[in-house]
Amino acid sequence: MASTIRVRAIASGETTQVQSLISHPMDSGFVKDSKGQIIPPHHIEVVEFEHAGKVVFTCLWGPAVSKDPYVKFSFKGGKKGDDLKVSWVDNKGQSDSQVAKIQ
Amino acid sequence: MNEVSDAPDQMRRTILKSAVGFAALGLAAGGSLTSAHAAADAKAWPESAFKQKNEADALKALYGKASEASDKVNLDAPEIAENGAVVPIAIATTLPNVTGISILVLENPYTLAAAYKIPEGTEPSVASRLKMAKTSKVVAVVESGGKLYTATKEVKVTVGGCGG
Repeated sequence: MASTIRVRAIASGETTQVQSLISHPMDSGFVKDSKGQIIPPHHIEVVEFEHAGKVVFTCLWGPAVSKDPYVKFSFKGGKKGDDLKVSWVDNKGQSDSQVAKIQ
Repeated sequence: MNEVSDAPDQMRRTILKSAVGFAALGLAAGGSLTSAHAAADAKAWPESAFKQKNEADALKALYGKASEASDKVNLDAPEIAENGAVVPIAIATTLPNVTGISILVLENPYTLAAAYKIPEGTEPSVASRLKMAKTSKVVAVVESGGKLYTATKEVKVTVGGCGG
């Protein structure tokens, strides 16, 4: 299966800008389906970005984060060709991770 | 006799205490704790903070302190969001020693929308997208030098993102 994570990290000078898009329903638990049944909450809780063995950014997400969540941030110390690891875990215990090269 | 009947209650208290303690710890020491793991850890998620229904309680559960408004917190959100399911929100600050950024949507069923941990070397700036149930004040919270600073902006929502 294709990875749920799309991540692009671009180094420019000292800083590396990271943009990431994760494919996930992010069901809040407040929405009903076509039969009027509540769709139970299903959302990502934690996303971690790791560079050179150090967590550079952590997202703690509630059900209010949009479907297929997008996040953008920047950190210092990344170089072109370095690995950036992204991993997430949701409230049902599902998870995925992906390693991207910094461009 | 008494001791026997007290025992389950005592146990319940201990469990409650450790649960609350862990939620607080997850944030305070989260950076150093999670760095030991290769993958994201669900236990680091502060569940109690995400269940609060007003600003003060959410901040207390998440950071354990109150906040003050600051013009150094920059909250970039649309005046009018046509689609409440996808509202772009960006937060940046010029404050030093930032360790965390979080976003509250006051009229949502649960106030806290997202929290971000900012370790040293990462810029105090984040952009992401949120769902909003209806027109609401959005509060950006920045934890800097152990204190909380906020910026507030009202976003008008024409189509809610939480209805079905």
